[in-house]
Amino acid sequence: MRRPEPLIFEISKPGRKAYSLPALDVPAKSIDELLPQGELRKQPAELPEVSEVDLVRHFTRLSQLNHGVDIGFYPLGSCTMKYNPKINEYAANLPGFNRIHPYVPEDLAQGALQLMYELQYYLAEIAGMDHVSLQPAAGAHGELAGILIIRAYHRSRNDLKRTKILIPDSAHGTNPASAALAGYTVVELPTDERGGVDVEALEAAMDETVAGLMLTNPNTLGLFDENIQRIEKIVHDRGGLLYYDGANANAILGISRPGDMGFDVLHFNLHKTFGTPHGGGGPGSGPVAVKDFLEPFLPVPTVVYEDGKYRLNYDRPHTIGQMKSFYGNFLVMVKAYAYIRSLGPDGLRQASRDAVLNANYLLSRVRDYYDVPYDRYCKHEFVVAPLKIKKETGVRTLDISKRLLDYGVHPPTNYFPLIVDEALMIEPTETESKETLDYFADALIAIAKEAYEDPDKVKSAPHTTVVGRLDEAGAARNLNIRWRKPE
Amino acid sequence: MNYPEDLKYTKEHEWVKVENGKARVGITAYAQDQLGDVVFVELPEVGTEVKAGAMFGTVESVKAVSDVYAPVSGTIVEVNEALNDAPELVNEEPYEGGWMIVIEMSDPAELDNLMDSADYQKMVEEGGE
Amino acid sequence: MNFLPNTDKDREEMLKVIGVSSVEELFGDIPPELRFKGDLKLPPALSEFELARHMEELAAKNTAQDYVSFIGAGAYDHYIPAVVGHVLGRSEFYTAYTPYQPEISQAVLQSIYEYQTMICELTGMDAANASMYDGASAAAESVTIAAGLTRRKRALVSKTVHPETRAVISTYADARDIVVEEIDYTQGVTDVESLAAKLGDDVACVVIQQPNFFGALEPVDEISAKVKQSGAAFIVSVNPMTLGLLRPPAEYGADIVVGEGQVFGSPMAFGGPYLGILAVTHKLLRRMPGRLVGMTTDDQGNRGFVLTLQTREQHIRRERATSNICSNQALNALAAVVYLSWAGKQGLREIGEQCVQKAAYLAGKISEIDGFSLAWEAPFFNEFAIKCPVDAEQVLEALLEQNILAGYPLGRAYPELKQYLLIAVTEKRTKQEMDALVAGLEGLA
Repeated sequence: MRRPEPLIFEISKPGRKAYSLPALDVPAKSIDELLPQGELRKQPAELPEVSEVDLVRHFTRLSQLNHGVDIGFYPLGSCTMKYNPKINEYAANLPGFNRIHPYVPEDLAQGALQLMYELQYYLAEIAGMDHVSLQPAAGAHGELAGILIIRAYHRSRNDLKRTKILIPDSAHGTNPASAALAGYTVVELPTDERGGVDVEALEAAMDETVAGLMLTNPNTLGLFDENIQRIEKIVHDRGGLLYYDGANANAILGISRPGDMGFDVLHFNLHKTFGTPHGGGGPGSGPVAVKDFLEPFLPVPTVVYEDGKYRLNYDRPHTIGQMKSFYGNFLVMVKAYAYIRSLGPDGLRQASRDAVLNANYLLSRVRDYYDVPYDRYCKHEFVVAPLKIKKETGVRTLDISKRLLDYGVHPPTNYFPLIVDEALMIEPTETESKETLDYFADALIAIAKEAYEDPDKVKSAPHTTVVGRLDEAGAARNLNIRWRKPE
Repeated sequence: MNYPEDLKYTKEHEWVKVENGKARVGITAYAQDQLGDVVFVELPEVGTEVKAGAMFGTVESVKAVSDVYAPVSGTIVEVNEALNDAPELVNEEPYEGGWMIVIEMSDPAELDNLMDSADYQKMVEEGGE
Repeated sequence: MNFLPNTDKDREEMLKVIGVSSVEELFGDIPPELRFKGDLKLPPALSEFELARHMEELAAKNTAQDYVSFIGAGAYDHYIPAVVGHVLGRSEFYTAYTPYQPEISQAVLQSIYEYQTMICELTGMDAANASMYDGASAAAESVTIAAGLTRRKRALVSKTVHPETRAVISTYADARDIVVEEIDYTQGVTDVESLAAKLGDDVACVVIQQPNFFGALEPVDEISAKVKQSGAAFIVSVNPMTLGLLRPPAEYGADIVVGEGQVFGSPMAFGGPYLGILAVTHKLLRRMPGRLVGMTTDDQGNRGFVLTLQTREQHIRRERATSNICSNQALNALAAVVYLSWAGKQGLREIGEQCVQKAAYLAGKISEIDGFSLAWEAPFFNEFAIKCPVDAEQVLEALLEQNILAGYPLGRAYPELKQYLLIAVTEKRTKQEMDALVAGLEGLA
């Protein structure tokens, strides 16, 4: 077992330092002369004092306590933990991309602007949409931008009575949260027995008070909504717009385009579908794409090409405004751009085909050992649940997930989507080999057996990690969210 | 599971204990068991008016949030401040130290709409596993 | 190049286990008319070498990398020590995601706990979250927090707050029907009289920036006193690099502190990814958006870290969550932790002092040039505005010939300030570079 690592503050010692600075090369004045006394800090901030070797060992040892895609399988559903190509990291570290200030004259940043312009085009083409803004910093940020675009569209037509957004009960939590942040009331739609949107419920809910429908397709059950054409017609006929949550777009690259399905607005997660790393939680990037008629509302700026030059365009009088400072998470765009150029059109389609093949293979391998609530061919992910195991042994999804840690893999997404009791949501991605899938399937099967033979072993897992099950209730009841220097 | 006979119950798993014409309210042993370890209880201020069936607070466990509803209408005259520091009382003593509010009832006849212990137990057992 | 490990033989075997004859069958539920026919109009695949060369060519077209820059205005050219890139390059960090499984995510969790501690130390606040998208979106979400807390619908934002931050606040506020009004400035700082005139018991919050967009230090005590009287929340946007030297905003009554954390180890990178800092008082803890890490123990009593107070968040509370944020800027927060560990207690102060000394030197030299003067008398940290004898855009243009990016022309965001140029220095700017800027300006006088 690996040892826990002390906090950086706990290895601090007064007088140690890692930093060095050049000698001040201008005539020094007293700081009191330059800044008002009252504005100065009386006590220095309690930052650590460590040597460079302490620092490097601390973070290196700490890093060894973490799982990542580069360490092993990471089938976290709806997160698309595919391999992050190293050439993309190389590209994003080039000084020409790193060292430029966002306010440099456009003539001096033509490479960056060209990359953004071309990426806008690539994403529009993949989505089957007409225009793209790269501004949003993450998927949820893109959702907010998209819903604000829908709101701006209805307002531009003086259609002010649309105060609701329809969202299936299988949706990602960000969907209702984004709609609420945009000022809408959320109306939840039930899922039918095939795992798609309950079309009758949609019929009943879709009226002149509804601004639009947010849909993930394939959805969080990993299922393509077979009724998408009917859904599209119902929503559009009654004046609503269709929003596509691109979190699950890894299933459809070059295979089916949201724009062709009738969606009006979407976001992509560059950190899921386009191979950029997830960074331990971020940064991501969540570009929004729209059909022509919504172009006036896109966030500013976008990149345009005029008279042989790329430039930023802020001239959009009906824009929803700016979602963040500057132009978006540029270095993430660099990596996504490199990814698309690596794969090309055939490679992207093959990636989706393999993502779907891998998911269906894994489902086939484990379906005899776990309950499958919606038993169809899946797309890039699928949901199983240990219902029989739980009933007969008391072993739950949480236990199975913790036991998987002992097998050296990251567990699937737990207890999501909410509509499936004890859900295990599994997304293998296309960058995993058959051997890896077999190893994981064998582990799931072994645990299913262990649940009967030695349930306590599963319920008390993990047994091999640096820490065991942590007291989350205690953490919330007795909050300790920062270190304090002992008195 | 424990269903004290001197209490009245709602479909949403609140209990009511009538004391000197006032209604003491909490959530049932079944409800706290479903939620898991309670880590936070958000309650209204004394003096707040509540309506039967309307939400008056929330109970949070590590990974779930549940609304709590007033079984009867009236004015809140007491709030269990002890839950601020010890939300676990809801788990440990749901019918005693884990109480949440006391309501000065505006219409005591509303009590007749609530379930008795046997009916509530039946509902839980039929609805549960 | 496509990073796919499976061979055609693997695929055959897998199809057999599934019980279908082709991958095509797995897509049978997509209506035929929705199947995309033909090829996406994208450039063909490149080998790794071709791609590397192409990316290098694109990067080389960003000629700004070779200029000496005095542009600040929200993104600053501080030195990034080699250890930052080294730690961020550990793929245990960068190929992980949100630490949902704490037993195998202690690196990410503990580093966030360390980050939270450092931000609390710097700002004096009680709680900091694991990061927002950037300083501007953190400010925008803090206005939403304030509106929820006070149940009021007006937000006052000083015109000396970064123009892009104000723009983002407007985008978010509009969605919630919060009315944003701007407070005028006088002598380069927030006009306290104008603020007092606009305050009222319907004001949810007042947003200022310290040092402000012009680089000037705001009269924060005076502002704070007025805000407190009105019952509005006091939101302060900081350049956190200044907090090694300047007093923490908690000392002058900030309820929410936000800031752009790019200065701590993230490259300027044409505007992102950066780091949104957000810290609050204890009272606002449960209204805070985003991830939060807490310390706890495992079943053996070992110390460990977990995500906590998750019921605030979208994956549990859905439409009633405090925010929709899910992915954040964790790797930039890690950069900040490594940077602040490198700089440490003394270093952060010393870097701040060098910035102040150098800015004072340059400002002094420029104010000696005929026709150029300091815009205002307010004290400043590492950034200040000058008044030029001509349009500041012309000054910028003229100095490009000497490979100098002279600053940010304030006329772009403030039409009344066409002759004003905003100049930033960091510890990286040398006397020689500053003297070259001065010489260049002298040539225009």
